Amino acid sequence: MRRTLVILSPWALIVLLWYAIAFSGFVNPSLVPTPHAVAAKFWELANEGRLLRDIWISTQRVFLGVALGTLLAVPVGFVLGWYREIRGFIDPLINFFRALPPIALIPLVIVYFGIGEMAKVVILFYASFFAGVIVMYEGIAQISPIYVRVARTLGANDAEIFGKVIVPLTVPHMLTALRVALGVAWATLVASELIAAQQGLGALIQNASSFFQLDIIYVGIICIGFIALAMDVALRRVARRLVDWQDRIA
Amino acid sequence: MNTRISFDRVSVRFGALKVVEDVSFGIADREFVSIIGPSGCGKTTMMNIVAGFVQPSSGTVLLDGRPISGPGPERGVIFQEYGVFPWLTVEQNISFGLKLAANRVPDSERREICERYMRLMGLADFASAYPKTLSGGMRQRLAIARAYAVKPQFLLMDEPFGALDAQTRSNMQDLLLEVLAAERKTVMLITHSVEEAIYLSSKIIVVTARPSRIREVVEVPFGYPRDEAVHERPEFGALRSHIRDLVMQEYAAQQRQTVGSSI
Repeated sequence: MRRTLVILSPWALIVLLWYAIAFSGFVNPSLVPTPHAVAAKFWELANEGRLLRDIWISTQRVFLGVALGTLLAVPVGFVLGWYREIRGFIDPLINFFRALPPIALIPLVIVYFGIGEMAKVVILFYASFFAGVIVMYEGIAQISPIYVRVARTLGANDAEIFGKVIVPLTVPHMLTALRVALGVAWATLVASELIAAQQGLGALIQNASSFFQLDIIYVGIICIGFIALAMDVALRRVARRLVDWQDRIA
Repeated sequence: MNTRISFDRVSVRFGALKVVEDVSFGIADREFVSIIGPSGCGKTTMMNIVAGFVQPSSGTVLLDGRPISGPGPERGVIFQEYGVFPWLTVEQNISFGLKLAANRVPDSERREICERYMRLMGLADFASAYPKTLSGGMRQRLAIARAYAVKPQFLLMDEPFGALDAQTRSNMQDLLLEVLAAERKTVMLITHSVEEAIYLSSKIIVVTARPSRIREVVEVPFGYPRDEAVHERPEFGALRSHIRDLVMQEYAAQQRQTVGSSI
């Protein structure tokens, strides 16, 4: 009970602040829809079925982008983290591409991948991959060599070192990479849905902005935030189960 | 007695830093050799050569007459930093070595060995605990149990009892003597404790400040099995003050070196 209150209080505070701004008179009321107006719009859109479809489509795109991005980020991050020599010359390359905002790549993505589903997933894949690969290799690079040494003195061969030492040490970093990639993918979603999307939360926001429907924009933004939050909480639960041997869960 | 480990004019340099210089000695079968000297002087490097992690820059180190090409399960190593596997429970840590292809034993035997060492090391109540919940001393005991479990012919120990309180330390020393009496082992121990070196060893090598050279090789006049009563023997006291003098001189030399290089 107390815990629930503690968890809910910052949200209540934000809603209060929102009301305060809306009714303060400092801003034009037509520019700040009230929380209850946004809530009403949420129900309206949800009942139309449009919102659920948008959420479903966006979630699918994020999942696909994150799955493909992490699938590639794990082995690449592992190799970069484990082999210092390779990292030396690949590292600048990774940082170069990571610094490019996905939104700046949209024109090129349209040229090469068209305006279909593929283009959106490519953007999300790009964002997830570079976020995941960095987390992965930084984590792997910090693994202490003592465990490999100990295993060798106990008689482990190369396959055993990999399967019984390196893999278990890698799992926590894989989970962190997945979490970070998921966060970044949700953050990139609107950009990816700038590409001629008819459906999805990003498209909902884009369309609403052309008609100056601020309440719908708020609904879309809040949905993205809450879905990303829910996924992160779920993933953190799974991580705690899988790697409860760790001192600290990232 | 046949020599199992032999150092012949061994030197090690890491870049410009000379760590070990012109060291020659032998360790005979079932001998217990302690190496004592200032910290940071290269003792661990000497152990790492035998363990198979470091190659000498010059000279040769032979194990049963053959050069050492890498680590192996016949040489059990207890590292200063323990290296207990954090993702495995106490029991899984101890059985790790016993499940490897190199020294696989039947399940029933593995469980027996595990239980024996957990009991001996006072870890029985923590069989399914992860290392994060153990104290430093318990982690060290776990590392020792894991190394003993695969029954290596050689034990290479780098200050294995350093983190333990006096009582546990003395228990661990007695346990080591017991294990040695039951299983034939040849031991190389790195320590800072003069008492520990005398109590456990058949031979003590005092090394100098960096780079490590041999200052003196001291034969310990007590046979095995030994017990605590050795501490009360008059020879023990004489040996202790002699070795302590040597070690203190080298500590002072190391101190001067460190101060000199930091100015």
